[in-house]
Amino acid sequence: MVKKIIGKSYIYFILLLMYLPIFLLIIFSFTDTNNIGMWNGFSLEVYKKLFQDKEILHVLRNTILVAVVSSIVSTILGTLAAIGIYYSGKKAKKLLDGVTQISVVNAEIVTAISLTLLFVFIASILKIENFFGFVTLIIGHVVLTVPFVILNVTPKLKQMDPNMYEAALDLGATPSKALRSVILPEIFPGILSGFLLCITLSLDDYIITAFTRDNSFETLSTYVEGVTKKGGLPNTLRALTTFIFLIMLAVLFIINFKTKDKRLKKRG
Amino acid sequence: MLLTKFRFKRKYLSIPYLLFSIFFVIAPLLLIVYYAFTDKNGHFSFTNLQEFFSSSGNFSVLVVSILIGEANTIICLLIGYPIAMLLAKKKYNKSYVTVLLFIMPMWINFVLRTAATRELLRWIGIDGGKYPYVATIIGMVYNYLPFVILPLYSTMLKMDKNQIEASYDLGANKVQTFFKTIIPMTMPGIVSAATMVFMPTMSSYVISDIMGERNITLIGNLINLNFEQGLWNIGSFYALIILALIGLSVVLFKDVEKAGDARGGLW
Repeated sequence: MVKKIIGKSYIYFILLLMYLPIFLLIIFSFTDTNNIGMWNGFSLEVYKKLFQDKEILHVLRNTILVAVVSSIVSTILGTLAAIGIYYSGKKAKKLLDGVTQISVVNAEIVTAISLTLLFVFIASILKIENFFGFVTLIIGHVVLTVPFVILNVTPKLKQMDPNMYEAALDLGATPSKALRSVILPEIFPGILSGFLLCITLSLDDYIITAFTRDNSFETLSTYVEGVTKKGGLPNTLRALTTFIFLIMLAVLFIINFKTKDKRLKKRG
Repeated sequence: MLLTKFRFKRKYLSIPYLLFSIFFVIAPLLLIVYYAFTDKNGHFSFTNLQEFFSSSGNFSVLVVSILIGEANTIICLLIGYPIAMLLAKKKYNKSYVTVLLFIMPMWINFVLRTAATRELLRWIGIDGGKYPYVATIIGMVYNYLPFVILPLYSTMLKMDKNQIEASYDLGANKVQTFFKTIIPMTMPGIVSAATMVFMPTMSSYVISDIMGERNITLIGNLINLNFEQGLWNIGSFYALIILALIGLSVVLFKDVEKAGDARGGLW
């Protein structure tokens, strides 16, 4: 009994420590103060300021745009790659798996500067002054995220019944039709989890963004980095943290609900 | 004629990815090698190598990076290992939601999260200006703890419980069982957790910049600083060193993981 209490306390104590910085920001978003630790009475002034802050709203729009576009590109490229690699010969498989592995284990700063060197090189060939922009940023994020789509889709391909594709062809389906109506539905859960992982990675990224963007294009990461350089975190970002935390909680509830749903279905 | 001859094969679907990787993964890495071994004018030279090994400042950056990387890895493992163990035991935790709660901070933007940690530390009096090392290591632990808990948790779920029973039956006490049975069985998880923390700690520069108020220089900071100043050749040489270290750890990691598997099978 005592052991159980100690064990559980340890879990919740570490959890509390982990969430303490976030809770602190959330608590002090409900008072109109610049400094954390100074409570000026309850107010929603900071939230009002957040919704009037055009710069932050623009930054959020940019962040989401980059995440969605790069994740769509990554998911398509990665899913096709996973299918292709799965049906490749031994040598090609080894080569492509190796390439994927490089991107996964490589340090982000190395990936980032390698892309900078490449883009500068291309710009010098094409004689363009500033090559960095939305396209280079998307390429950077695709390089970062595409391996994770492959890693999520491949296990689903391995679980699939290998005869189904052949059966579809025998029944007169064209290869592209067989791909669309036989393989894709089977591996869809892997594609979805790969896509969601891409979104999270892209929203979270700082280093590759900093090196591949045009300097006037701010995402949440680069914006926060910029303001923390000057001093403390502006209080509007505390209010933003509350919203991000609420979205997180919502996602957690959905996951919890879904897994319970599955368990019930299994029992039934 | 060519078009009619073309027959679709599923393996062709990986061609776009292959081309993308050649262009945006392989070619850029080759450019790093090229820049690392040339001087400003593009002539082949070893000046970057000489500069790296002749300056004691660079050497101390490497040492500090390794020390902070090790400190972070050890602290994360010491906190995370018991957590993963407790989470994997039905007695202490029955729901997957608790596991998710440990991973959830990763969904908050990484820079915002780090800035939040800085606000907390400032509030309780640990100022990065005064205590840059303490603040940086705390910031690192905050960021990397989830990466340690997750692989450890999944290896512990797969752990063979009969072996622990057997260890007790054969007369081992709790401490002996822990060090001789549980630790070896979870070795692959420990190794993968350590590699997920150690190299990124050394090469990241954002946490040390924000938490240490720019008083700490890690290899990552050095690369970033050199690139900010347009010193691409020397910056590329540092990147090459990181690449070499990563390559080394991948090779070591493979061996240890195999050893861990083998041991798990043997006992």
